[in-house]
Amino acid sequence: MLRVEGVTVRYGRVPAVSSVDMEIADGEVLALLGPSGCGKSTLLRAVAGLEPADGVISWDGVDLSGVPVHRRGFGLVFQDGQLFPHRTVAGNVAFGLRMAGERRVEGRVDELLELVGLEGFGPRRVTELSGGEQQRVALARALAPRPRLLLLDEPLSALDRSLREQLAIDLSRLLRDSGTTALVVTHDHDEAFTLASRVAVMRAGRIVQTGTPEQVWRYPTDEDTARFLGCTTFMDGTALNGTIQTPFGPAPLTAPDGPVRLGLRPTALHAGPGPTPATILTAVHRRDHIRLTVTTSAGQVDAITSITTPPTPGTPTTLSLAPDGLAIITPTPKTPRAHDVL
Amino acid sequence: MAHGRPGLTGALATAALPLGFLAVFFLWPVVAIVRLGLGPGVGAVLSSPDTWSIVGFTLGQAAAATAVAVLTGLPVAFLLARTSLWGNGFVRAAVMVPFVLPTVVVGLAFRSLFGDGGPLAIILANAFFNVAVVARTVAALWSHVDRRAEDAARSLGASRWRTFFSVTLPVLRPAISSSAAVVFLFCATSFGVVLLLGGGEYATLETEIYLRTVQLFDLTGAAALSMLQLASVVAVLVIGAILRRRSTALRLRGRADTARRPVGGEWGIVAAAWGVVVALMVPIVSLVAKSFESGLDGYRAIGGTGFRGSLQVTGWEAVLNSLRAATDATWLALVLGVLTCVALVTLGRTRARPSLIETIDTAMMLPLGVSAVTVGFGYLITLDALPGDLRTSPLLVPLAQALVVTPLVIRTLLPVLRSIDDRLRQAAATLGAAPWQVWREVDIPLAARSFLAATAFAYAVALGEFGATSFLARPESATLPVVIGRLVARPGELNNQLAYASCTLLMLVTVAIVITVDRLRVGSVGEF
Repeated sequence: MLRVEGVTVRYGRVPAVSSVDMEIADGEVLALLGPSGCGKSTLLRAVAGLEPADGVISWDGVDLSGVPVHRRGFGLVFQDGQLFPHRTVAGNVAFGLRMAGERRVEGRVDELLELVGLEGFGPRRVTELSGGEQQRVALARALAPRPRLLLLDEPLSALDRSLREQLAIDLSRLLRDSGTTALVVTHDHDEAFTLASRVAVMRAGRIVQTGTPEQVWRYPTDEDTARFLGCTTFMDGTALNGTIQTPFGPAPLTAPDGPVRLGLRPTALHAGPGPTPATILTAVHRRDHIRLTVTTSAGQVDAITSITTPPTPGTPTTLSLAPDGLAIITPTPKTPRAHDVL
Repeated sequence: MAHGRPGLTGALATAALPLGFLAVFFLWPVVAIVRLGLGPGVGAVLSSPDTWSIVGFTLGQAAAATAVAVLTGLPVAFLLARTSLWGNGFVRAAVMVPFVLPTVVVGLAFRSLFGDGGPLAIILANAFFNVAVVARTVAALWSHVDRRAEDAARSLGASRWRTFFSVTLPVLRPAISSSAAVVFLFCATSFGVVLLLGGGEYATLETEIYLRTVQLFDLTGAAALSMLQLASVVAVLVIGAILRRRSTALRLRGRADTARRPVGGEWGIVAAAWGVVVALMVPIVSLVAKSFESGLDGYRAIGGTGFRGSLQVTGWEAVLNSLRAATDATWLALVLGVLTCVALVTLGRTRARPSLIETIDTAMMLPLGVSAVTVGFGYLITLDALPGDLRTSPLLVPLAQALVVTPLVIRTLLPVLRSIDDRLRQAAATLGAAPWQVWREVDIPLAARSFLAATAFAYAVALGEFGATSFLARPESATLPVVIGRLVARPGELNNQLAYASCTLLMLVTVAIVITVDRLRVGSVGEF
């Protein structure tokens, strides 16, 4: 298992990563989720051995500080593939096997190309491949030498949306089936939740929260985290006996009795039959719904409605509360290894 | 690995051999000869207005010739890098020919074209030699630059010219400034051309140093001028290094992806490139024509030693001497150049201070900018101190030639090595490649074409080197350019015929070598 303790990476005098603690168990996929510039890629590069770092990075209890990149046995997939332009697809996939001194590589190469859905692509030149195909080859190349840990740096960000979603599902299945231990860096929470069994949210060089996708999604540690995870409106509510009273009605959610701070995603409020009167201000078509801004007695909020009932701005409507879109801000206790407790 | 600077020590160790070579075979001789001349007279020379007008003319003509070479070299680079047209192989070889022509001969050819010579003739003759430097250095990088940035600019509404100036040119800048620096040094220290075309009127530091050393035995004056030359060369190199500082990582592409048939206005550039090639051919063709003026007499004479035994070697022996010396100089320069490039690229990756990298880079360029006479004379007074007296060794000439050729190898290889995306190397490392394997698997294959280009280039330059070789070659080991130089200076119609015939022979040998090296395909290199 990978253990990162008090790791700090500085560029000049500016710390890009500040005393980060993190663990990845064998077979686990951890996503490092955060906005661009939060230091998540730098942390990944430090784990790979590509950035000098202070602190301890260890594998199965063995300190890696003296172990150079090529002896760590960590595979790395870059955002844009970085395939070797002078080698064929098969030549790229076989690279790590050759470096490991394996002689008979054809079988393993074919196996991996099949795994990523590129059977028969072996003799092709990598410059002839589409972006999605290149990224699949990059994945096959990284997996071929059976790395102890697979590092994925925004692996799907350079791809178009439909391809990205399909590849995220494929990749998730592939990582789970092969039991690969992996660290995925991404700014896209859909991607993080699809791929990872545990998510670490990073901001300004620090990990601010770690937990399962459900925990992070439902109980973000502070408003900034909640905002990063899609909440657009914040308001106070009261929890009592497994129900939270909100200005838009009750929600059957668990929280300790007493006042709670709530984050609302646009999907938390549906325009349609409901208790809260509102007036539609704007309407924008999204893929599978229409996104609205509405005014209510509690202020201006975001909401959604079905595509089958196109709304007209300026018209009155009513809102109902959908508990799935609610997040309950739950500050993490300030203990040194807080995320291990959660 | 998590601490400290990986590779820094290794990089410095790699740089030790080239720097040591530079110290022993360049700095020491030059310092020795300058010290020999140091005296109270130095101040007088430095404060004389005549000296400063020579400095002005030296730098002025070099700058003008560099501008001409860059402007004419760029269309040729485009032709070689961006198009797949019939005749490109010919152009590739043809632009190399001027480079190996002995300066004496080119001087003669230009004098017949321009009457009495003068500054314009000097500038054009110097540019004539150096179009190849710009064309080949720039083409080496250009042929690997992704076209899509240009396509993007065009799609954003930029005109072809705007695209060239705002997208293509910045990408090519490292190669252009690199080659321009080399050309400038060549022009600033060009010797034979200025001597022949300047008459008594126009002198450069190089010819003045020669005059004072060899004819006036004014070592003090020569030392003063040598220091001045060194200072101005260092100034130019530092400016060049600063200009090269901001180099960007490019996405290198295979050649097949970037070369295509020209479209629309690109044919205009192709026409311009061929115009340049034709212009380069004029002096060459006139030389070849002259070699046939009295039939094959000149060629028959290659087997002999000239009119009334003007030479101590036959023409064929001179050819062999040339090949031998050039081969030694080339492998020496490749070893030194590659080691320097490896050290510089490794240093770049260790986040070493840029000033350290630039200092090493600049130091290795220095020999290009210092008078061959100074270096040659310096050899004669210092190298006896080394074991096995190199002054009588057949290695003396290749050593001097390697000094001039190494900077060219560096300038050809370094831009390409530097433009390889570092993450490609990191990808290889995470796949288990040790640092030396990263070189073998990534850098060497990607830079192989440039390495071949550098080899051909180095060989051609070594074959044509005149200044230092004429000073150091012993009569029985005279190379072809030296023989030609001697023949031209001697009376006798046969000697003239022999000189022109030897020139043609030298061109043929050069073209054959350049074409052979260009055709070489090493393993998978051919596809890239």
